Amino acid sequence: MQVDIKNLSEEQIFEEVLKQLAPFNKKGIAITRETSFSTHLDFDSLTVMDLLAAIEDHFDITVPLNILPDLERVGQVSEAVHKIIRG
Amino acid sequence: MDLFDKFTSILETKARLPFEDGNPFTLCLDEVISQTEAIVNGRRTILAGTNNYLGLTFHPDCIAAAKSALDTQGTGTTGSRVLNGTYAGHLELEKTLAEFYGTEHAMVFSTGYQANLGMISTLCGSDDFILIDADSHASIYDGCKMGNATIIRFKHNDAADLDKRLRRIDPKAGRLVVLEGLYSMLGDIAPLRELVAVAKSHGASVLVDEAHSLGVFGATGRGVTQETGLEDQVDFIVGTFSKSVGTIGGFCVGNHPKFEVLRYVCRPYLFTASLPPSVVASAIQAIKIMGSSPDLKDKLWRNAQQLHDGLTKLGFELGAPVSPISAVIIRDQADAMRFWGALLKAGVYVNLAFPPATPAGVYLLRCSLSAAHTAEQIDTMLEKFAAVRDATLSETPLSDADAKTSLGQPTRDVAAATG
Repeated sequence: MQVDIKNLSEEQIFEEVLKQLAPFNKKGIAITRETSFSTHLDFDSLTVMDLLAAIEDHFDITVPLNILPDLERVGQVSEAVHKIIRG
Repeated sequence: MDLFDKFTSILETKARLPFEDGNPFTLCLDEVISQTEAIVNGRRTILAGTNNYLGLTFHPDCIAAAKSALDTQGTGTTGSRVLNGTYAGHLELEKTLAEFYGTEHAMVFSTGYQANLGMISTLCGSDDFILIDADSHASIYDGCKMGNATIIRFKHNDAADLDKRLRRIDPKAGRLVVLEGLYSMLGDIAPLRELVAVAKSHGASVLVDEAHSLGVFGATGRGVTQETGLEDQVDFIVGTFSKSVGTIGGFCVGNHPKFEVLRYVCRPYLFTASLPPSVVASAIQAIKIMGSSPDLKDKLWRNAQQLHDGLTKLGFELGAPVSPISAVIIRDQADAMRFWGALLKAGVYVNLAFPPATPAGVYLLRCSLSAAHTAEQIDTMLEKFAAVRDATLSETPLSDADAKTSLGQPTRDVAAATG
């Protein structure tokens, strides 16, 4: 499913990221911007890469693996996506 | 802050794992008997995880060539290829490779790892894009990390996913699609026809790593690219001497008119010592034998079929259809470790592989076969697999939570490797 992404605010993008994250959240914990992939969600790097692939397809954008080391918390993902969409 | 504090969780995880039957990370072959047997922990053991596909490590011609080079040229070159480390043998090896592949150019590296590191990091600069399969070998991920290109990962062996990701990239940018012929862990073959067709439809260059497929696929052993009739469309083939060639070293072959410039700009080629003359000599012999002995490849495939059929009949879940790699999938980490240890005690060595080397939640007892295995040895392996399973596997696997704490898993190393 694709959405009209150009006018999305960062807050709206965060909401969309939450939806993409849901199937990966096997522990069912409450997610905030500060939730850490490694510490709180127990994600390994492969899972984070799979989540990014889902986000790429959802927004029809490219999220290069190069930014992976900077994505430790959920809020950082929506910020990065916002930046990519704005160009 | 101790620099080693960052490894605390790894050490804690390791401490929880059942190592009663040996530690897969520190295993020692005390004495090598042949291509297929060694003494391990005092026991005669069948080696079923060596990637020694054609069994050439003990070929008399390879050994004679290596001994002669050792006697006449010494133990090492003590120099880089661009300083004092290029001997006549290195040039002959490159000529042998170019003739074997029918390409204009061939460049030899000191390991297969360095060949991927060098080619990938050098070919693509900051304005370029590299598209890699999600299940790529660490050397491909590390090559990406070493360079300055933008890295995009596509779903394993999925041409439609690659197509989607290529469509999102500026078609004017340089783009390299990196594939493997045979994926080393699960032993699955890449659908190269579909993947290469997609890459070419976008005008991207293609590099295929044939590390595990050299000598194993194709009419003359040139790999999956040859087997699928794609040699005129694949721009670069990377390979290694440390599997079917039976020694160590890596290479890249290709036809690009400017290929030779890589010798001036490729850092993993420039800044390391060249291969010792004895290694070069045995590699030359092995490649010649490979090209002229289709019987070795045929024997390997008969062995592969026997093991694959046997394991399937016993009800094991395998990672892929028949290939010289048969990966038995175990869903629980502790079970996989106990199974591996019990097999070793029973006299059969296989590779034990965990995430992130394997896909998430998949623990492998990875067998790789050799043309040198006998049918009797494979029968013995199958007997031991059956006996060990009956004695080892728990009825109720450990819970998901327990299974999650694997040695490789909680790290961010792959993430870091792609940054």
